[in-house]
Amino acid sequence: MKIAIPVEEKTLDTSVCASFGRAPFFLFYDTETKESIFVDNSAATSTGGAGIKAAQIIVDNEAKALLTPRCGKNAADVLDAGNIKLYKTISDSVKENIDAFMDKKLSVLDDIHAGFHGHGGR
Amino acid sequence: MTIAVLSGKGGTGKTLVSVNLAAVAKKSTYIDCDVEEPNGHLFFKPENVSDEEISVKIPQVNNELCDGCRRCVEFCNFNALAYIQEKLIIFEDVCHSCGGCVIVCPQNALTEKDRTIGIVQKGHSNEVYVKSGILNTGEAMGIPIINSLLSENKDVCDDMIIIDCPPGSACIVMDSIKDADYCILVAEPTVFGVHNLNMVFELVKLFNKPFGVVLNKCLEGENPAELFCMERNMKIIGKIPFDNELGLLNSNAEIVTRKSNKYKELFLELLDTVKREVQHETITNP
Amino acid sequence: MKQLLILSGKGGTGKTTIASAFIKLANAKAYADCDVDAPNLHLVAGWDFEPERTDYFGLPIAQINQQLCIECDRCRENCRFDAITNIEGYNVNPFTCEGCGVCEYVCPVDAIQLKPAAAGELMLYSHENKVFSTAQLKMGSGTSGLLVTEVKKQMKESAVDTEFAIIDGSPGIGCPVIASLSGVDMVLIVAEPSISGISDMERIVSTAAKFGTKTVVCINKFDTNIENTEKIKEFCEKHDLTFIGKIPFDIKAVEAINNGQTIVDIKCASGTAVKTIYERAMELLFNTP
Repeated sequence: MKIAIPVEEKTLDTSVCASFGRAPFFLFYDTETKESIFVDNSAATSTGGAGIKAAQIIVDNEAKALLTPRCGKNAADVLDAGNIKLYKTISDSVKENIDAFMDKKLSVLDDIHAGFHGHGGR
Repeated sequence: MTIAVLSGKGGTGKTLVSVNLAAVAKKSTYIDCDVEEPNGHLFFKPENVSDEEISVKIPQVNNELCDGCRRCVEFCNFNALAYIQEKLIIFEDVCHSCGGCVIVCPQNALTEKDRTIGIVQKGHSNEVYVKSGILNTGEAMGIPIINSLLSENKDVCDDMIIIDCPPGSACIVMDSIKDADYCILVAEPTVFGVHNLNMVFELVKLFNKPFGVVLNKCLEGENPAELFCMERNMKIIGKIPFDNELGLLNSNAEIVTRKSNKYKELFLELLDTVKREVQHETITNP
Repeated sequence: MKQLLILSGKGGTGKTTIASAFIKLANAKAYADCDVDAPNLHLVAGWDFEPERTDYFGLPIAQINQQLCIECDRCRENCRFDAITNIEGYNVNPFTCEGCGVCEYVCPVDAIQLKPAAAGELMLYSHENKVFSTAQLKMGSGTSGLLVTEVKKQMKESAVDTEFAIIDGSPGIGCPVIASLSGVDMVLIVAEPSISGISDMERIVSTAAKFGTKTVVCINKFDTNIENTEKIKEFCEKHDLTFIGKIPFDIKAVEAINNGQTIVDIKCASGTAVKTIYERAMELLFNTP
């Protein structure tokens, strides 16, 4: 199964990015083959609607789950339409979150915040 | 004659000045372009009010015609569209109504529909025709409402149109002052006030609008805003003192010129000064 | 990082005066001015050196190459923002262009291109372990929401001590306010006891409620209208908003600000009142879920 995580750098040792829409890269990790691919997030520099475009990238890369600290409503709508499940990350470490996901220890992300008109990001 | 009243920041007395100028001008139109925080109608309490919904165009898709080419998704610079599971999703609150998606669609699968973003409220208060633009909360863009407020003025031939502008110097303010014959800049006597006055000063200079400054909340002692005007040869056309009576009336949303003769005199004088300035301008810069 | 956002609905209620007092009282290590249309906090923040400046690029805007233009008028016809004029050739009004790209698309001779445009300037003051992030939007630029986000981002990225941050918000209820609200832990609304102040407060409360942010209220210049002060308190009770105090009108506050000081730098009634409000705000921010 392919999972997606917003990340800061193109390495497995990197940390999870706090903002989904404005993350520099997405990691697509295949839990069966252990293969990892990093994709540039072309939405990161958008002045608006970054979450929507980022979610489109996740859908287009055929991930089945997204591991993220937070997610805006517009992005969640796109992901939901693409049948992608949202899980809340437990730490900054990409590896820890992958392990926790495989052990079924991640909880479903349900505190979707209202849209920020594309100005999200903590 | 169209007069725009502006200030670098809210709370300087922009509404106080515009409401009372309109009130003493006998027959006049007052237009509240501060669509995010419209307050003028609270003072005028207009009667026979009619509301008109203001809407913008947003796209809608005919799924039978859409073949999933995604050109609209790629075109949209605001990322208002997504194509998921062979279906186009449209995010109305992100859309800027540019109409681009409709133009680029090779299948003519996209058309446009209206989406309400606020209202224009019109009514009368004594001799004043009061028009207010009110943006719905949660909406980000007020310009379509301002355009609607200002578009129909040409057919209302009042002697005096007073425009209460939004605070600041953003494009929404430029829209509000573009048809004005004269601008009144309202300033507070603090260092904050000076900084904010400078911003609108730059704006009226850019648009080459004749202007004058009204100093509000004047206290005894040094007034940084007054010094600033003198250093730059900016004409001060009026001074309103800091006064508890005025403050109380104003904070209760009373029109001070309808309650106090002293302030009626003050604003009549200001109105005369403004009229003289505008006439002077038309003679020197026709 | 716990973030406190100070908002007012309308300007001129004393938001920056209160923010500067809070910064002083908390000895805040990280703070920002998100009023990018009319920033004032730097005037009393006590930084006497030049900040580090970075250009801020908002939406790209269209540019027409006059050499290539065949004056077919398609760009002007299709522009929804009336941003294209045909006086002395075809030109784009940079103040009204929203960067949608329609003109670029419809131009049959590729004479139009979207190009990045500087829409403002980010400024960062930092010394030892303190950072102050602010910005100024260029005149006529309307895309301030993203700049607000950049101001906050700059503050967070530069902050050494990340326990607590104070953000002076933007007025209004539009785009910049929504951007200011994103990610903050609590909003302090500074209300003014006037009918218009109450109307503005109600609008900002409804905006904050949409984002589910914890909201508390204080009143500035409460003694200028006791009746309206009571109305604000009633409003708070009715809407389950915690009311955390009131500040009297104080002529000394004006003097302090004009001398580049905060109201807690001098001995005055407004300074004393703001101290109580500060303590209650901190209690609510750090000790309640």
